[in-house]
This record gives sequence, structure tokens and C-alpha cells, in this order.
Amino acid sequence: MKLSKLFVFLVVAVCIAFPVSVFAKPVTINWWHAMRSARGEVVKNMINEFNASQSEYEVVGTNKGNYDETMNAGVAAFRAKKQPHLLQVFEVGTQTMMLSGAIYPVFELMKDAGIDVDWSRYLQAVLSYYMNADGNLMSMPFNSSTPIMYYNADMFKKAGIAPLSKSEPITWDELGDITKKLVSTGIASAGMVTAWQSWTQIENYSAIHNVAFASKSNGYEGLDCQLEINNPLVVKHITRLKSWADDKRFMYGGQKYQGPKSEFMAQNVAIYIDSISGIAKLKKGVKDFKWDAAPLPVEAGTAKLQNSIIGGASLWVLNGHSKKEYKGVAAFLKFLAGNEMQEYWHKETGYFPITIDAYESLKSKGYYNTDPLQEVGINQLNRAIPTKISRGLRLGYFVQIRNIINEELELVWNGKKSPKEALDNAAARSNIQLRTFEKTYK
Amino acid sequence: MIKRSFFKSRYLPYLLIFPQILVTLTFFYWPAIQGLSQSFLLSDPFGRHSKFVWFYNYIELFTDPLYLKSIFTTFFFSLAVAAVSLSLGLFIASMANRALKAKALTRTLLIWPYAVAPAISGIMWLFLLHPSYGIVALGIKKWLGVDWNPVLYGSDAMVMIVMASAWKQVSYNFVFFMAGLQAVPKSLTEAAAIDGASPFKRFWYITFPLLSPTFFFLTVMNIIYSFFETFGIIHTVTQGGPGGSTNILVYKVYQDGFVGLNLGSSSAQSVVLMSLIIVITFLQFRFLEKKVQYGG
Repeated sequence: MKLSKLFVFLVVAVCIAFPVSVFAKPVTINWWHAMRSARGEVVKNMINEFNASQSEYEVVGTNKGNYDETMNAGVAAFRAKKQPHLLQVFEVGTQTMMLSGAIYPVFELMKDAGIDVDWSRYLQAVLSYYMNADGNLMSMPFNSSTPIMYYNADMFKKAGIAPLSKSEPITWDELGDITKKLVSTGIASAGMVTAWQSWTQIENYSAIHNVAFASKSNGYEGLDCQLEINNPLVVKHITRLKSWADDKRFMYGGQKYQGPKSEFMAQNVAIYIDSISGIAKLKKGVKDFKWDAAPLPVEAGTAKLQNSIIGGASLWVLNGHSKKEYKGVAAFLKFLAGNEMQEYWHKETGYFPITIDAYESLKSKGYYNTDPLQEVGINQLNRAIPTKISRGLRLGYFVQIRNIINEELELVWNGKKSPKEALDNAAARSNIQLRTFEKTYK
Repeated sequence: MIKRSFFKSRYLPYLLIFPQILVTLTFFYWPAIQGLSQSFLLSDPFGRHSKFVWFYNYIELFTDPLYLKSIFTTFFFSLAVAAVSLSLGLFIASMANRALKAKALTRTLLIWPYAVAPAISGIMWLFLLHPSYGIVALGIKKWLGVDWNPVLYGSDAMVMIVMASAWKQVSYNFVFFMAGLQAVPKSLTEAAAIDGASPFKRFWYITFPLLSPTFFFLTVMNIIYSFFETFGIIHTVTQGGPGGSTNILVYKVYQDGFVGLNLGSSSAQSVVLMSLIIVITFLQFRFLEKKVQYGG
């Protein structure tokens, strides 16, 4: 009896005398993400790598489904005060996250954790999408991609068209000639197809030509912004695509990538515009023809071409956790941005490395000589310093706005509306969404 | 003397009914009331900003021509699904009822599609009818020369989702019609046959009226099915497109609420949807049921 009392006393004494950390397990950092299958494996490996590299923190990654589901899981968890430290949110959710009051901006986190980051060594077109109007980084870019143009090299050869440059874009007029040749000679039954039409044909088209998608610097500088996609340039572009649709130089294959991709793989169409993540899919799926990639076409006579914009997702730090845990989050984010992880991520998934250092390291190792396709997107993204218009889009209810644009474009393709009518209507309908969003946060 | 059992305690019945009431309150009334109150608010998903805006969400909805279009689309869709699946179900049931050989096997096989989840049914129809990789679609385009393209044309997309939704429901209707048909007394049809009534007349004047309770029940069930459960099909096949031509109400609720995180508008839409269903069911009971003959 006496002995056991003494034992208890001793245990208590030891516990008081030594700080908890001696006995404590590593601090757990929860990360909810939307990466599944092959990408999920890569994420798992990165986490294991971090956990093995130190003993203070342990990152636990959990897949919460697709982007929508992950964001909803984060929202529900925050309301129940059980939020993870890190939440992966797709790019269209950026405005909602920024205004949520639920986040700990990454630039502050890094400053508070005493980690000095040279943000100028990051790919600016990637960072700028997640910066606030003052140029401070709100969330850590994670998986970023941009659209490029794939083409059937065999068909080009057959039609006697020279292979396209991987760094210098062709013009839309040239593309019109190419597709005309391909279709009129019967080599391809249709000219081009595009995945994610709003992202590739309006959002990126506008950024590359430095035309505002929305007022107030694409929404960066105020919730009272208006959509401006019914401007003459975009209307002209959609009108051109519609006229191409009528003579089969363009075909509509669906809102997402599945339809367009299968048209390209079945060699029904010679040219296919999609995200750089298509590289891996085509490498795996195409067996019976040669294909290649080139930057997105541009308008002839554009004074200065701008960068394309990204799609994908970033990591948001949610507030409501302890200082010690945030130190771990900062350490983890720093680890992820390191060369080794970025190179691994880029090689395995095709998403961009987010730092210039990682890119240059890969280049010096000759990676882009063996895999030149991977550089097409990077060159296009890095071709200019992002302007206020090409740095990204910051819109409330962006999911709804993309839906609206998709709907209205479909009405153009099936001939129910003229391009001007459809884009006017898309802007008007989107503006209603923007006003509701504004009203919610005012 | 009628034997009656009763509880001695006055409270015991309440106690026994309590779990059921609790379940109903938690899983039906509570969310419904939450939805109703949310529909008067404008709030951000994280619940930091919430503003009472009276009927703003409803006004926005009913001044949006596309929402009115979505209501119309929903009615058209559910009527089409109900018509196709009821008539096919009845047709197959009356055929199977006469089958001479392998009766049990035919029935079992015909019931199978009901076990398929709507989303899977959608995927299967997509593999058949998608213009880019659908096997049947390629055939339609090649041999029939029809420019079949549900990705581009709203009417084609509507045909596709009506087929995918009705196909599954045919089995369900089949089971009930089958049971109903077996309850029709043989003596009646035989008597009519002796009197010289043709098979069609026998069906129309004897079998069909006797089936009317089943028919009524199935109409209600099919409408409710096409209002709500077809979500999985829309989600996998068209996502409401092209150009919003298959965007039925329940899909729009999901799009705006779950994906778009506009909770106020989405709640208002749920309230509208709930009211619509209440009204439809009420009307069906009020007017259609009068024509139903329950007695033998």
C-alpha cells in the first residue's frame, strides 16, 4: 500500500518536473485533401517523408473525396469546431475562403513561425492567384496546372503541316488554317475540341490577352465587381469558334474533359485543349498515334502576350489551433515547398513545381530534355510578369458563374443564341450572383 | 363481448411512442425547420456572417427565368418518366402474367434492374449513348444517320435521362402490377370472354379498373421518384446540361447548395420543392383517388 502511494507520488513529481514534451507524442497536424488514386499515393509518400524527417510533428493526411466534398467537409468541421489544420480547396473557392474569417493567412503564419520565405523565388503566376490585393499570400499553392494544346502529330504529318513550336504560340488564324486543311482533306473529321471551356476559352483567353474578366481587377479589389466577358475580343473569339463549329473545325465535346479527351484519343479530332494534367492521361491512354503539345494559340498582333492562369487547388491554414501546432504546419509547408518534394510532385503528377529553384534544378538535371512536354505549360505560365488582370480571378460564387458560362456557351454551340447574346446574358446572370455574394458579406 | 387489451398506466403509451416521435423530430422536423429558417437568411458557409433578409432568396428565385424553366423541366421530366415506366411496366407485367414457361425465371430477371443504384444506371446508359464513346450512339449515328448528340442538344439529353430513369423504375412498377394482376379474379375475364369481349376490351374494362389502386399508388411513387431519386442519374449523365436543359429542381438544390455553397438560395429552393411535392400529392389524392376503385 505504502509503496504504491510512493509510486504515484513519484510519477506526479516527474510529470511536474519535466515538461510534457519528454513524454508527449509528436504534435498531430491534420490535413484534409482531395487527392485520390495515383495522386493520393504521391501525397501519402510526401507525408511519410516529412514524418520520417523529424520527430516533433506528425502529419495525418485524410482524403475527403473530391474538391466539393473536401470543401464541404472543411466547412462542416469548422462549424463543429473540429477543423483540420490544413484544408485543400480548389481555386474557385479562393474568395469564399479568404472572406471566411476561418483562415490563418500563410504569409502571416510563416512570419509568426519565424520562417523566412523568399516569395520572389516562386512561380509568380501561381502565387498571384492566391494573393490578396496587397500582394500577400493567403494560401499555399499546392497543385497547379494550366491549359495547353495537344495535337495529333500523325495527322499533321499526313496533311503536310510542320510540327508546332513548344514555346512560341501559333495564332488563332493559323489554327483556323490548320484545322481547315485537316478537315477539308478528310484527315480529321473535326478540327479542335476543348475541355473545361470556361477555363480555357474565356478565363485563360482573357488573361493571355490581358483583357479583364471582371471589373475591379478581376474582383481582387472589391466585392462590387462586374463580369466583363461580353467584351468585343471575347465575343469575337466565341463567334469564331461558333463559325468553326459550323464547318467542323471545332466540335463541342462536353463541359469537362472526358468527352473531349475520348474524341481526341479516338482520332475524331486533331487538336485538343486541356490542362497539363492531360499529359499523363494521354501518355497512358494513347497507343496508336503520335501526339505532341504546344502553347495555347493567341491573337495575331497582340502587343504583349501575358501569362496563362492556373487551375487546381491550394492549402488553407484554418484558425483555432495552438501556436505549437501552427509551428508544425509552417514547418510542413516549408518542407513541401522544398526542391526535393517539388521535383517529386512535378514528376509524378505533372502539376507545376511552385518554386523557380525546383524548376531550375529539374532543368539542370536535364529533365525537360527527356520530357519536353512538361515545359510547355511552364513556359506559357512564365512568359510574363502577371499583371493585375492576368494574375487570376477572385469572384464570389465562382462555381455558379462557371456553370452559367457553360450553360450559355452550350446555347451558342447548339445554335439557340448568338455569341453576343449568350455572353451578355452570362455576364448579367453572373452579376446577380455576385450581388448576392456581396450582400452576404456586407 | 369484444376482447380489448389496454394499458393500465396513462403514461406508458406515450413512453412507447416516444422513440418514434424522437426519430421523426430529429430527422425530419428539425432539418425541415432549419431549412426553412435558413431560407430567410443570407449566410456564408462558415457561418460567420448571417443576415436576415426576409424573402430576398425567394424573390431572387422567382424573378430568375431559369428557375421557372427548371420547374417546367422538372414537371416535364417526371411526367415523361412516369408515363414511360408505368406503361412499360404494365405492358411487361401483362405479358409476363401470361408466360407459360419459366414464369419464375422471367419474373426474377425482370425485377433485377430495380436493384441497380440510380447512379450506376446513369453510367450504363452513358456508356451506351454518349456521343463520343457510347456504343449504341455510334450505331445510331452510323446506321440511322441521326445526328445524335446529348452533349450538345437538350432534347437528346432529355431523352437519355428519361430512358435511364424510367428503365430502373419499370422493374419496380412491374412487381406491383404483377401482384395486382394476380389479384384480378379469373372468373371475371373468363365471363367477359364468353360474352365475346376482345382481349383489349377485357383489359380495358375489367383488368385496368381493378388495377386502379395499384396504378394510383405507382403514379404517386413514380412522381416522387423522378423528383428526388433521379439525382444520381442526372449527376452522372448530364450534370444538368446542356444549356441547363436537364437541370431539374433537386439537382439545382445540390448545385447551388453543396457545390456552390449558396445556402440561402439552396434552402429556399428546398422549401419550394417540398411545397411542390406536398401540393402534387394532395392533388393526386384529392382528384385522382376519386376515380380509383378499391372494392372488388
